[in-house]
Amino acid sequence: MARYTEGHPRWHRTRVSTFWWLGSWPYLKFILRELSSVFIAWFVVMVLLQIRALSHGPGAYNQFQQWLRAPILVALNAISLFFVLFHAITWFNLAPKAMAVRLRGKRVPDLVITTPNYAAWLMVSALVAWLVLGG
Amino acid sequence: MTKRSNEPFLWILFGAGGVVAAFLIPIHLFLFGLAFPLGLLDAPDYERVLTLARHPLTRVYLFILCSLPLFHWAHRFRYTLYDGLQIKHLNELINLFCYGGAIVGTTVSAYLVWNLS
Repeated sequence: MARYTEGHPRWHRTRVSTFWWLGSWPYLKFILRELSSVFIAWFVVMVLLQIRALSHGPGAYNQFQQWLRAPILVALNAISLFFVLFHAITWFNLAPKAMAVRLRGKRVPDLVITTPNYAAWLMVSALVAWLVLGG
Repeated sequence: MTKRSNEPFLWILFGAGGVVAAFLIPIHLFLFGLAFPLGLLDAPDYERVLTLARHPLTRVYLFILCSLPLFHWAHRFRYTLYDGLQIKHLNELINLFCYGGAIVGTTVSAYLVWNLS
């Protein structure tokens, strides 16, 4: 005999494995891109520690710099740089899809939007490096 | 009355943080995280970094560099947990952790940047 339940019926759902994103490259890419945010957060933590060290004087700042020389931190930062670059590149490449610019009813080609973004990225990076390295 | 969602607002923070992270973090991370520790480039000395960091414009810059990317992280990491691990049923806890973390981090960065002397 059929059993009736009160309220909402249960949907039929096939179980999806927790590691569903390991199966194909686009899914893996999606998860890697999402994971880049963790390394962005790590970068912020590092900047905050740096500012704190700065405010505690030359000794503390020196210690902070020493700490960054530890192989494990260099390795972590190399991985972080990879993820942050992955974020930046996917972000810039997505820009034309996020803002579809139309000229005379036609969508402008993606390159018209991505190229200035990359150029600006290069310029901003050069400016930051120039300021940090001693103007 | 329909309940207004705060999702658009959070999404704007996510987007702004994503832009800041894409434009600014790679060069900072390369310089301070790799080039200086490995000795590829000469690190600026304490006095120089302090002078630079104390400039009012740099303070604003550092605050933006820390706060917005944290909200970017919060939004993205929330969905990483939802979709990657399929734990959407824990969403209140996840929201508290992600956005709470971003708010705490923003407060800490405001405090540090403001008090740097």
